[in-house]
Amino acid sequence: MQIELTVNGVPRSGEVEPRLLLVHYLRERCGLRAANVGCDTTSCGACTVLVNGRSVKSCTMLAVQAAGQEITTAEGLAAGGEMHPVQQAFRQEHGLQCGFCTPGMVMAATGLLAENPHPTETEVREGLEGNFCRCTGYHNIVRAVLAAAETMSA
Amino acid sequence: MIPAPFEYEAAQSASHALDLLARYGEDAKLLAGGHSLLPMMKLRLAVPAVVIDIGRVGELAGIQADGDDLVIGATTCHADVAASDLVRSRTPLLAYAAAQVGDPQIRHRGTIGGSLAHADPAADLPMALVALGGSLVITGPAGPRTVSADDFFAGFFETSLEPDELLTAVRVPRQPGPEWGYQKFVRRANDWAIVGVAAAGGRIALANMGPVPLRATAAEQALASGASAADAAALAAEGTDPAEDIHADRAYRQHLARVLTRRALEHQTG
Repeated sequence: MQIELTVNGVPRSGEVEPRLLLVHYLRERCGLRAANVGCDTTSCGACTVLVNGRSVKSCTMLAVQAAGQEITTAEGLAAGGEMHPVQQAFRQEHGLQCGFCTPGMVMAATGLLAENPHPTETEVREGLEGNFCRCTGYHNIVRAVLAAAETMSA
Repeated sequence: MIPAPFEYEAAQSASHALDLLARYGEDAKLLAGGHSLLPMMKLRLAVPAVVIDIGRVGELAGIQADGDDLVIGATTCHADVAASDLVRSRTPLLAYAAAQVGDPQIRHRGTIGGSLAHADPAADLPMALVALGGSLVITGPAGPRTVSADDFFAGFFETSLEPDELLTAVRVPRQPGPEWGYQKFVRRANDWAIVGVAAAGGRIALANMGPVPLRATAAEQALASGASAADAAALAAEGTDPAEDIHADRAYRQHLARVLTRRALEHQTG
């Protein structure tokens, strides 16, 4: 099956097997390994990417379903060598420990702030309901998202 | 986990999807958001030979008013239902239910039609549609038909949809009054209901108290005869025979149904 899509602003096309999952397409065909395969069951959120600006778990989407869509991974956030404000906030607020959940957290947070630029702490916690941090570093992750919201609205 | 190989067909329109269904019959499964089907395919609980993708058929998505009814296209995702001003103002219970499905990422992909056609008795939307007295618009080779939510769910993960039929839309009447309640008892933040209760306008629906979403008819009748919320709720588990699993046995589920029904009849959400 021939597909055409845009990944991090770059048009891509190629032949894929229909059963290829989007996360494997991104990791193996595009060489973009930020999105991790964690639970592989739509639970942990480590594979979160943006599809047309909305957060999606790429382990539960076929590459063929992404045809014609715009995909953004954590590699696509930085612009001109500058980290995205959400990435900077995760660094400044120590919003990561082992780092495995981080790309998914950053993408879920980016999607959340696009929908709700001024979330309350409760809204951040509910907005990240689909992302697990097995280091349990949630407090600093929430602080990072709130800090990013402040930076981005300044 | 990777699904077993299948042939992929992208439907260009609803009628194209029907043609494809007619061609492939029971070998085919419809794919919209894929958030029920793909996990089942990854676990080999579903091994369709052909997957017909209706996810980009524009005419199957969107929310419109038709008199006092809302008509919600089958491939409208949960996030769009939850955020819709039309849904929030006319059927706030449905907007709330859509916002309880899974987590934000799941709500960006999962669709109202997909959830209803999947017919998980523990899911939010089947229960919500039964509580609201909604119906399902189905199209097949013989033309369209409408089935009430009470009649649509035929058994555990089974509906009255035929293999050559397509669920195109959901019709939801305006909620009869401003008061409603919704209770979902879960073990983890984004889990399915161990027991769920939705109540509006004298109707009470239960999730995960049987193979299909059930009406708490004894409690509804008591309410109609003027019983208090507490007295009606005491009858919520009458006639139910819920399954037992690692989370709850039969007696505990029936206890939950009574407690959650009282809360729902007191217009609580949670």
